[in-house]
Amino acid sequence: MTDIAKIAQPSNQIERRKGDRRKHTRIHLSRATVSRDNRRTVGEATVSDPRIHCTDVNVFYGDKPALRNVTLDIGCQEIIAMIGPSGCGKSTFLRCLNRMNDTIECCRVTGSIMIDGQDINDKSIDVVPLRAKIGMVFQKPNPFPKSVYENIAFGPRIHGLAKDKVELDEIVVTSLKRTGLWEEVKDRLDQPGTSLSGGQQQRLCIARTIAVNPEVILMDEPCSALDPIATTKIEELMDQLCTDYSIVIVTHSMQQAARVSHRTAYFHLGDLIEVGTTEQIFTKPVHQLTEDYITGRFG
Amino acid sequence: MATRLEGHTFRRFDGELARLHTEILQMADLVYDQIQMALESFQQQKLDIIRVVNEREPQVDAMEKSIDNTITEILAKRCPVARDLRVIMAFSKLVTDLERLGDEAAKIAYITTTLYNNEHSNPSNYLLRDITVMGKFACALLKEAIENLDILDLERAEKLLNSHDDLDEEFQSSLRRLATYVLEDARNVGHIINIVLVMKSLIRIGEHARNLAEYVVYMVSGEDIRHAEIEQT
Repeated sequence: MTDIAKIAQPSNQIERRKGDRRKHTRIHLSRATVSRDNRRTVGEATVSDPRIHCTDVNVFYGDKPALRNVTLDIGCQEIIAMIGPSGCGKSTFLRCLNRMNDTIECCRVTGSIMIDGQDINDKSIDVVPLRAKIGMVFQKPNPFPKSVYENIAFGPRIHGLAKDKVELDEIVVTSLKRTGLWEEVKDRLDQPGTSLSGGQQQRLCIARTIAVNPEVILMDEPCSALDPIATTKIEELMDQLCTDYSIVIVTHSMQQAARVSHRTAYFHLGDLIEVGTTEQIFTKPVHQLTEDYITGRFG
Repeated sequence: MATRLEGHTFRRFDGELARLHTEILQMADLVYDQIQMALESFQQQKLDIIRVVNEREPQVDAMEKSIDNTITEILAKRCPVARDLRVIMAFSKLVTDLERLGDEAAKIAYITTTLYNNEHSNPSNYLLRDITVMGKFACALLKEAIENLDILDLERAEKLLNSHDDLDEEFQSSLRRLATYVLEDARNVGHIINIVLVMKSLIRIGEHARNLAEYVVYMVSGEDIRHAEIEQT
């Protein structure tokens, strides 16, 4: 080999390798984008260890279907966010999970919603313990017109969770501490719950929910009436609570869904369109409708 | 199929994305022009063009900064997700490739100056023949990649990435040819070193063109196909 050829050799080899690599790299792209017309759920709707297992849930208001064939699992220790435009059925689905739809006369629910091996729509199920097991936090903070202490103590007392005053006090303190409210309200436990600020009232409602040892917490737009700081506090609280509870949150804020949830489900006109990890939904949604909605290209 | 970036309900976002896209295309056009001019000056000994290339080099850098600024603004104001996020991330990354393409043009311009502004004789035409061929391949590849930046077509990007690497093949045979020229006349060494440096620049231009195509694939499909050899091994 000549000298100059030797000098050229290392670079020659490197370039040859690159050339080979280029030639042999065949790109197989998954063009998985699902068209707008397809209304079957895409993505992983089921999980290996579901706390709630919903199969083919249909909801009708009179004759009008509000939710069609929704199959979705709520996993343990997960925050799952429901997103979608108004009227898409996400709140209806949320209310199915603790039979809040029973309060609407013309509402009919079919399909199965299993928790701990029992269908919650079974006639033998008592909704009072069910709603303790699957607690709910609403859009507007709605503390009872009672003292801060009584707001928390009311649930455990009627469910018989405390033997005596000492145990009840302990539940109240623990619940308030878990929601980060203790330091803020410990000196005014006897004052009305409604005297707290909006964010504090919402945390009081969450404390009231967790005081009865739920398994699942349903949150229907829990931050829409709160300022950004109170919102951050609730989000941080959700992050802490999800180690013990499953949290289902309905939110109109896509950024909130992206910030707090582990999985995201997108609903559209009564259909569950796509479910996936929050990372996947917000970076690589598969369904065209999901992409249109989250990027603000809707309607 | 071309990818549309517009269609947002809030149309101002469309406008901002369109402005960013236009800035990217303007910068791509500028660096393509720079490379063509630098190559022309190298091949045809047009030293007056070198001045233009050198004068416009800061423009390329300024455009990079301006695009980065636009991207930061969009990220702060719009919190983009899904395809919008991928497009903006890819634009933010490929602007670096564009800036480096500008650097390659400046490099070729610098080599041209050293090649012709010295006391030795100019290189013979047969020494420059390979540059002409490689230059054509590199420019064609870059032109295709830049045109596809306009329409963001997945198929075209795939076609480019799967195309035969003419540039690399030509580089291999050029090296062999140049080695024989050195053996024939050792006085060619100085010129040949400069010529090989320009060839390396052309190879880099080809690599950057392929990077641009990879970013288009990412924007449209969400597949990150960079460094595909990592998965292969």
